[in-house]
Amino acid sequence: MQTFIFLLPQLILFLSVVLVFSVDLMGSKEKKWLPYLALAGALLSLAVSIFLFGWVDIGEKSVLGGMLALDSFSLFFQIFASLVATMVILLSMAYMELKSPYQGEFYSFILLACFSISLLALSSDLVMVFIAFELLSISSYILTGFLRKDPRSSEAAIKYFLYGSMASAMMLYGMSLLYGATSSTNLVEIARGLAGVDQGLKWVIYPAIVMLVVGFGFKTASAPFHQWSPDAYEGAPTPVTAFLAVGSIGAGFAIIVRVMLTALPDFQINWVAILTGLSIVSMTLGNFVAISQKNIKRLLAYSGIAHAGYIMIGLISWESGVFDTVFDGISGVLVYLLVYLAANLGAFAVVVAFENKTGSNQIEDYAGLIKRSPLLAGAMVVFLLSLIGIPGTGGFVGKLLVFGAALRVEYYFLALIAIINSVVAGFYYLNVIRYMFFQPLDEPDREGIELPVSLSTAVIIACVFTLLMGILAQPFIQFVQSSLGLVTS
Amino acid sequence: MNFPVLSAITFVPLLISVIVLIIPKSKENLIRWVSTILSLIPLGLAIYVYFVVKADPATMQFKEEYSWIPAIDVFYRMGVDGLSAIMLVLTALLSTLCLYYSIYTIKERVKEYYFLFLLLQVGMTGVFVSLDFIFFYVFWEIGLVPMYLLIGVWGGERRIYASIKFFLYTLAGSMAMLLAIIAVYLNTGTFNILEAAAAQPFAGNFTVAAVAFWAFFIGFAIKVPIFPFHTWLPDAHTEAPTTGSVILAGVLLKLGAYGLIRIVLPLFPEQFAYFSYEVPIIPILAVISIVYGALVCMAQWDLKRLIAYSSVSHMGYVTLGVSAAAASLHAGGDATSAIIGLNGASLQLFTHGIITGGLFFLVGMIYDRAHTRQIKDFGGLGAKMPYYYGIMMVTGFASLGLPGLAGFWSELFVFRGTFAIIPVFAMIGILGLVFTAAYILWKVIQHVFLGEFDQEKWDTATHNAAITDLATFEKVTMWPLVILMVLIGLYPSLITRLLNAVSTALISNF
Repeated sequence: MQTFIFLLPQLILFLSVVLVFSVDLMGSKEKKWLPYLALAGALLSLAVSIFLFGWVDIGEKSVLGGMLALDSFSLFFQIFASLVATMVILLSMAYMELKSPYQGEFYSFILLACFSISLLALSSDLVMVFIAFELLSISSYILTGFLRKDPRSSEAAIKYFLYGSMASAMMLYGMSLLYGATSSTNLVEIARGLAGVDQGLKWVIYPAIVMLVVGFGFKTASAPFHQWSPDAYEGAPTPVTAFLAVGSIGAGFAIIVRVMLTALPDFQINWVAILTGLSIVSMTLGNFVAISQKNIKRLLAYSGIAHAGYIMIGLISWESGVFDTVFDGISGVLVYLLVYLAANLGAFAVVVAFENKTGSNQIEDYAGLIKRSPLLAGAMVVFLLSLIGIPGTGGFVGKLLVFGAALRVEYYFLALIAIINSVVAGFYYLNVIRYMFFQPLDEPDREGIELPVSLSTAVIIACVFTLLMGILAQPFIQFVQSSLGLVTS
Repeated sequence: MNFPVLSAITFVPLLISVIVLIIPKSKENLIRWVSTILSLIPLGLAIYVYFVVKADPATMQFKEEYSWIPAIDVFYRMGVDGLSAIMLVLTALLSTLCLYYSIYTIKERVKEYYFLFLLLQVGMTGVFVSLDFIFFYVFWEIGLVPMYLLIGVWGGERRIYASIKFFLYTLAGSMAMLLAIIAVYLNTGTFNILEAAAAQPFAGNFTVAAVAFWAFFIGFAIKVPIFPFHTWLPDAHTEAPTTGSVILAGVLLKLGAYGLIRIVLPLFPEQFAYFSYEVPIIPILAVISIVYGALVCMAQWDLKRLIAYSSVSHMGYVTLGVSAAAASLHAGGDATSAIIGLNGASLQLFTHGIITGGLFFLVGMIYDRAHTRQIKDFGGLGAKMPYYYGIMMVTGFASLGLPGLAGFWSELFVFRGTFAIIPVFAMIGILGLVFTAAYILWKVIQHVFLGEFDQEKWDTATHNAAITDLATFEKVTMWPLVILMVLIGLYPSLITRLLNAVSTALISNF
């Protein structure tokens, strides 16, 4: 019964999926309120998970035969997933009305994808990890190709699918090696098994780690496993791009943190080496390629790759067993994910609003946005500054914690590369600001941009949270610090 | 005395900016006057602090301390001593003058302009009162964004290039500084600037301390700017709108120098001394800034760019003074000279602020009339614009260090201090004074004002612009600055009474 209560947020999300699907199937003609039904499901799940987090002591325990881990870490990602669901639904309302008649399917797949994010964070068994991973991937493929009359959308889905299935296969192979070495699929059991593993079998661990990282690196869009992301981001319906940029990265980090910390803490030196390479390549490639982008969705895609690199620094800087300082690394990962969620989803809300009105995603069309919609331009500045990491916005706190963690374990080189990259990132984000503020309108009589309620709500919520996390960071850091309970051996 | 004066000085401009945001866009005059008049509040409070702050002992006064982000030991910590008090007056004064001057000169996007300008004032003021590293850093960076937008929207022809260069240079510097701040925190366990200085971070490890020292130093050197980090300055100053240049030269550059005095010197005296005396990189860079900056001025024909480069040269005096004070630690203790040098550097912050601020106003005034800044387009303006000529003479002479005007004292102190400690650099640096006199007299005074006025040349260069002498609002803008130049020139104790104890405390804490 208790287990049931703790899984309530997931159950609510899943029931909403079923509900939205079936209501859509009933064939009622009035489908206008389907999005609101989905929104209600996401909000209810959010409310329940916040309640569980704040008022119920879960402790850390494995349930359902070790398949799921009930701990504050998974609850954090439950809140994360519900937030993503809420925001993405708000982003989709006006957009999907314009683009597609298939409302019911779209919202149920969004909810299903968010459900699988929280399932992934809960998984404490490789089998469960793989199921959740595939559930997330498949719903993401479908969402990416949702605009089936748009060839770019279909192309994006095919690319995404090909890369994704390859990555899944690699990951599965890695998992089978781990199983072979320890004869268990449970993460905690694996850690125990590895402690006493036969010396002759030990070498198996290294390819296993590499192949797991391929799978997780694909989800977090870390270079060199990022090739799908710019095309998928550009072709997918924009709210789906927002989902991929935030939800998918969050899910990737949820699972990579759990697997590394519970199953492979003894092999930290090995995975840290690989992840360091991944982080450096991601930051550098993401930022430098982003400079030349002309399409705002591609720009955000490449910058997302770079952000995955920064977040990775937190995990790299984790020192086994240390959770008594904010600079423990994992706090940095979670805080960074939160600020990235607010800033990036906010930025995508602006992109959606702009696209609804003008049909364009070209950065140069943003010229004079300050005149056409001061709210959009002003909020976009806040989001971009947060992504740069300027104090007063959440992005600064995220960077502070991540860089601080790197310095604490004396990874000076990594920190140095990260700050050089932050300056490079400043260049292309400012470029967007430059168009919005400095460039005069070619045709001065262009009309202003009216926002539907759903979008202005999303923009304002994201803006307020981005500023709050920068100015009153304490509650957010506290929230993250009490999310560090992980089921371990 | 429980009224939080410093918070008020810092955040009243933020309040005004919110008021500006509420006023409808079409009521431009209301926006202009409300911001200008309300900005007298922080100015009044800053002057109040100036009179009330105790010079001796040079402890932090008007302290405010609240927990801000306890999870990472970040506090809302404010306090002033004599040095910060005069910088507060400078910031508030120049801001009010700029807001007033903008009433008549900014015609486009008025609401945005005032909003951003007030935000900029918050950032600048905050830097001078913060006693917590993160708090300091927040203000340091917050000022960056409005300045970027001010240059980019209201600037000159190459504004986009200049604005992004300004932003990226400063961002690079502050990122280096951020790492150093975190490293100091991890070493000393505090973000409190005073406590960190008392704890002497990395005391046992010269190499690590030197790395942290350079990270801080470069962060501040970019802002000062010290050669070779100065290349953003001529572009930014030249392309910025008049008020933007005034604030850039008058206050923003001072942030960097203030950081050197307030943070780098007390935190890393050993390293500062080592790189000022045994391996004298810093005085070498200071002297290069002075001489090179002045030589570039001699070669400039763009009046605004000339003034911009003169800032590179004159801020070099500040660096020289500070590094001489640091060098005294290893040069063998002539404490008096060190104090004098540091006094000179700190005084230069204030005097250069009002003098260069004034010069940029003056350049803006002639540009508003002629729409050209080319020195060769002018000539003989002395007869046509006598009032302007007079004020330019006073400001120019103050800039070249004429005795009786403000610039003289700070330069005298700097060279008096430096000569006793690192004489070679004083001797080379003093060339800067000669060159300054040359370009002010030859370029600014002779080419622009003296000689016969050639109506034909003026008409072709300016497309038949009318020549009028200064309007009332321009006189009102300039007079406070001119009065200060003369007052400080005649009675430097107005400022130095506050500085001396601060310098003494800094030197004796080595």
